[in-house]
Amino acid sequence: MKDLEMRQVYTKTILALAEKDPKVVALEADLASSMGTSKLKEQLGRRYINVGIMEAEEMGAAAGLAVTGFIPFIHTFAPFATRRSFDQVFLSLGYAQNHAVIVGTDPGVTAEMNGGTHMPFEDLALMRVIPRNHIYEVSDPYQFKAILEYAHTAQGLFYIRTIRKQANPLYTGDEDFSKGYCKLKAGMDGTIFASGIMVAEALQAAHDLEEQGISVQVIDLFRIKPMNEEIVIEAASLGPIVTAENHNVIGGLGSAVAEIVAENQPVKMKRIGVKEQFGQVGRLEHLKEVYGLKADNIFKAMCDLLQ
Amino acid sequence: MDTQKFADQIRYYTMRELDNLGFGHFGGSLSIVEVLAVLYGKVLNVSPERKDDPDRDYVVLSKGHAGPALYATLFLKGYFDEAFLFSLNQNGTNLPSHPDRIKTPGVDMTTGSLGQGISAATGIAKGNQLLGKENYTFAIVGDGELNEGQCWEAFQFAAHQKLDHLIVLIDDNKKQLDGYTTDICDPFDFVEKMQAFGFNSWRVDGGDVDAIEVALNQAKQMIDKPTAIVLDTVKGQGVPYFEELVDNHHIRPDEAGKAAIKEAIATLAEKIEVNQ
Repeated sequence: MKDLEMRQVYTKTILALAEKDPKVVALEADLASSMGTSKLKEQLGRRYINVGIMEAEEMGAAAGLAVTGFIPFIHTFAPFATRRSFDQVFLSLGYAQNHAVIVGTDPGVTAEMNGGTHMPFEDLALMRVIPRNHIYEVSDPYQFKAILEYAHTAQGLFYIRTIRKQANPLYTGDEDFSKGYCKLKAGMDGTIFASGIMVAEALQAAHDLEEQGISVQVIDLFRIKPMNEEIVIEAASLGPIVTAENHNVIGGLGSAVAEIVAENQPVKMKRIGVKEQFGQVGRLEHLKEVYGLKADNIFKAMCDLLQ
Repeated sequence: MDTQKFADQIRYYTMRELDNLGFGHFGGSLSIVEVLAVLYGKVLNVSPERKDDPDRDYVVLSKGHAGPALYATLFLKGYFDEAFLFSLNQNGTNLPSHPDRIKTPGVDMTTGSLGQGISAATGIAKGNQLLGKENYTFAIVGDGELNEGQCWEAFQFAAHQKLDHLIVLIDDNKKQLDGYTTDICDPFDFVEKMQAFGFNSWRVDGGDVDAIEVALNQAKQMIDKPTAIVLDTVKGQGVPYFEELVDNHHIRPDEAGKAAIKEAIATLAEKIEVNQ
């Protein structure tokens, strides 16, 4: 499992869920080749629905399927799953209280060569304002599988943000993901909260800080909503906080942490993420440099706060 | 019961509801009264006792602003009592302007953002097709609503999926909020368009309950293709005051208007023999 690409985890998990539950249906909007979902087509038969290039219909039809008792798993690129079809997701799925699972792929700079048009720095911000939904940004194959399985049994609207390619393995599969976070490194001087591809950068930054005699904890805060307030408040009582996300600093992980901190346990914070910029084409490592999404940026932010 | 009489009752209670509130979507509610009367009086396999029965027929009022007409119908069918009907848009109500599947008994899908109900109806029809059911999904759609691009996505999906148990009812009342549809964004010929999109489609007098009934029964016989019946209607249908009013989408009547509405209600009351 840990060697699988995230898109393979998606297909494999949905196949397993569909095998034991005849109510599972998979919808996509002409991205089977990108997502590698051909096995879903083969094995789910009529319960696999490729609607074509029409995301508004994808979300609306999913709502209708949910009304008749099916559990739709819907995927498309993250910008189409959120900003393109926001009103459909908000109303037909969220407001109408339908149980559905949306997987948005290629978040932030991981859209690479698709560039600014396909580069969602705002999907979490959009989804966070839909009442009572569940939002995850996944960082690891085991975690992705566990969250898909939970989304199947729970109720309500889920938005899961993930890369399609291979993720840095962080877990062994024995972890308990139910609290919405995992502590990956202990530390006493401060906290780095990160999600998705930024978890690896956070771990690198913590390692570099350790060499300077600074000990910070690193927490993979993969459940963006409902965020685990206790862990955030606990971290705030320990020392300064740096958040790291592959998303606009407005409305995503950093904002969510800052809201909890400001209302409960004020402490100095810095948010690493995209600031007042649109996307552009480029290779991942180059884009991480351009948008300040490197371990070094996290390192400097924490040093500033501790001065 | 006689279907025209049922239509008169729906029209009477739709008017009472909106008059009680003092304003609202009179025009587009009144134009679907006859089709609601035929659906709920003659065609649908639904009842308040089996409102969650998965084998029932489904209705999606995609032109959600016509909610008051649907509510009058559901009240008359016994889904809720008169007090509930007159709670339309009151603070804390379970009867909001636009239908809500969670709040109102008998409402199958939440609608109000135009175009979305059609997509949901395709999903419901697809779900029932997957389940091997023979029940029907009816989507009531506005002519102005068809400005929305999402509708045409949904129609493509419905035709491709061969949703022959989906019946789309287009309320062609020729007007949208800002005026005549032909002036705002000419829809051209709906029948031709729907046929080009892979539907069976034909036009019916949307004020004639017998013609509507024949059309709906014909639509149920169709196989392999979804059907779109274009209902030739009048915005404000059945109430001369509204039929003649040019701007009749959302009305906040003046004193003369209020008097005209009271008179129309009294005329309808006489027709259906109720004491006000």
